[in-house]
Amino acid sequence: MLAHLRSALSLTILFTALTGLAYPLVLTGLAQGLFPAAANGSLVLRDHTVIGSALVAQPFEGAGYLHPRPSASGWNAGGTGASNLGPTSAALIATVAERRAAWEAKTGRSAPIDAVTASGSGLDPDISPENALAQAGRIAAARGVDIGAVSRLIEAATLGRTLWLFGEPRVNVLETNLALDAAFPGPGAGGQGTPTQ
Amino acid sequence: MTILAYSLYFAALVGAPLGLALWMGRVYGGVSALAGMERAVLRAAGVNPERGMTWGSYAMAVLAFNLAGFLLLYAILRSQGLLPLNPDGIAGMAPDLAFNTAVSFVTNTNWQAYSGEAQLSYLAQMAGLTVQNFVSAGTGMAVAVAVIRGFTAAKGGTLGNFWLDLTRSVLWILLPLSIILALFLAWQGVPQTLQGAVTAVTVEGGEQIIARGPAAAQIAIKQLGTNGGGFFGVNSAHPFENPSVASNLAQCLSILLIPVAFCFLFGRMAGDRRQGWAIFAAMAVMFVAGLAVIHWAEVAGNPLLGPGANMEGKEQRFGAMLSALWAASTTAASNGSVNAMHDSFMPLSGLVMLVFMQIGEVIFGGVGAGLYGMLLYVVLAVFLAGLMVGRTPEYLGRKIEGREVTLAVLAFLSMPLGILVGGAVAATAPAALSAVQDAGPHGLSEILYAYSSATGNNGSAFGGFGAALPWHTTALGLTMLMGRYAIIVPLLAIAGSMLRKTRAPVTAGSFPTHGPLFVTLLVLTVLILGALTFFPVLALGPIAEETARMAGQSF
Repeated sequence: MLAHLRSALSLTILFTALTGLAYPLVLTGLAQGLFPAAANGSLVLRDHTVIGSALVAQPFEGAGYLHPRPSASGWNAGGTGASNLGPTSAALIATVAERRAAWEAKTGRSAPIDAVTASGSGLDPDISPENALAQAGRIAAARGVDIGAVSRLIEAATLGRTLWLFGEPRVNVLETNLALDAAFPGPGAGGQGTPTQ
Repeated sequence: MTILAYSLYFAALVGAPLGLALWMGRVYGGVSALAGMERAVLRAAGVNPERGMTWGSYAMAVLAFNLAGFLLLYAILRSQGLLPLNPDGIAGMAPDLAFNTAVSFVTNTNWQAYSGEAQLSYLAQMAGLTVQNFVSAGTGMAVAVAVIRGFTAAKGGTLGNFWLDLTRSVLWILLPLSIILALFLAWQGVPQTLQGAVTAVTVEGGEQIIARGPAAAQIAIKQLGTNGGGFFGVNSAHPFENPSVASNLAQCLSILLIPVAFCFLFGRMAGDRRQGWAIFAAMAVMFVAGLAVIHWAEVAGNPLLGPGANMEGKEQRFGAMLSALWAASTTAASNGSVNAMHDSFMPLSGLVMLVFMQIGEVIFGGVGAGLYGMLLYVVLAVFLAGLMVGRTPEYLGRKIEGREVTLAVLAFLSMPLGILVGGAVAATAPAALSAVQDAGPHGLSEILYAYSSATGNNGSAFGGFGAALPWHTTALGLTMLMGRYAIIVPLLAIAGSMLRKTRAPVTAGSFPTHGPLFVTLLVLTVLILGALTFFPVLALGPIAEETARMAGQSF
């Protein structure tokens, strides 16, 4: 056992240097060199200011924007979390019913399931195309533009299944909202007025 | 469409491991071009790799190595606040949580009672967890290769040398695959940076702190080594940990890649590929049956929440199907990473996931661990077959006798011991019960899931369960140790005792262990021994919840 312990300690230290330091550091170098934007978190900048990550949902409440899926952790990208409530949880059922009523009052359409359920990460950057298109009327009214134009913009922003088979069709909320701001600038866009360009 | 998607996926799931098994066979046999580097590493550790080991010596080496790894990881976790590479200023871990985390990563469980982005420095993630991701996987692979040698090598051979098997697993299998996968993931959007969290001013003028870090490197090995511990708290549901459908497919395949390859490696080393296919077939039948249930339940959705698939706790990009596929893969393979929150899955999905873990993670299972776990059932199945026809049971030409069956039953007992005893205590002790989040039968499922996951060395959780409670960090830590070593040691003993037996020639009277009859017998043995042991408690948890749900009852 004593002889084994000596080999065990030396090998542990060797593997720490190799897989715990060399491996991640070399990969950091490679990833930073090959895919710098992705390796740093797919950050979106406007006027040299980071306004978010294309991969991470952020809250949107303004009537002129697409709204993301509910988040059990308040879109906290520094400490993620889900509801983790079970399928027969009365608390979950009540929360979903409340969200449904609020969403339908704001949007005037019946809510798709992804609009009333919290995502796994609390940071789901996407919504379903049905969810996005149902919000087109509200967005068009808030921005004072034609609903057809908003719908067309959403359809153009829709991502299909990968290889036509895998995953679900989806719309990235942050990117589409930035596209909405670019296509239909002016007052009434968001709850805070027009974001500075 | 769904059938075509699954077919393509399964084709990849058989094809890639077939190729990998070929390479693994060469690696464990020794590739002369690589021998120089192996020797250099081992000489630095003062090891003579030429020396074959007895089963006892092999087991001692495994224990000594894992003990050293535990001590180093524990020290890093406790002192991370004082160490470098800590841009977000994270403090040292409390003793009970550090114990739980260190045990969890050394035993290849990777149960997370902490949230990565909030409680771990980059140094702890890299030099602590990533290292154990590699070497705990390497330990499982080495043990599996030794056990295979016990069953297949000529009489008087040895189980091999642990240090050599471990080094070969890490250097020539895990490391190259991880580098390829990590680069793919970084391309897809997984961060790999040493810079700390970034503060964004959102479009509507709010502030959002976005945690990131050297994630891609760790996530690659977390999947390939069936570790499963996420860089971020919500694991592969986090858009940084699993940004796209392509990254999801690559990770999901990586979870099962090496475990499936071990089936084919077994056939190669036995000199009879049909033996490997038979074990693969038994595993695949159970996997597909379980996956079908989860897929159906999640796509059908939860009428209590409204029409549509069950999307609570799921990501839009993955939807019900890819979440179901992942849930089946991660619980079958003792990986334990998640891309959707298992606590919010439908009751029948939870049932399948529990059974997958409770039978001892033998449906592909952990890297190496799945195969040696299944060999335990093979010993029992052959023994049962022998009892039925009144002949001395044989496997691969060697007699299975009292000693092997006793050891196999001993190893088997660790699952019910950890799950039923650990779970029963947790379900009655007031100090433990406050961890339960949901009322009704789902609350029992939460306890059951935690103890099944820990004993099976899986690591996934019903996340509502308050695993950070000191009671559970300690109790779950102990069950993880039992679920790992109370299986490894008896299995190495079985391998050692098989090696001493003469191989009898196969005759017309031998019971063939490669046809559909044997596959059926093996599946039945797993289901009857494994699943029936837990049926009573499953009836009180997920089955009761499903009947309540059908009646429209909530809790």
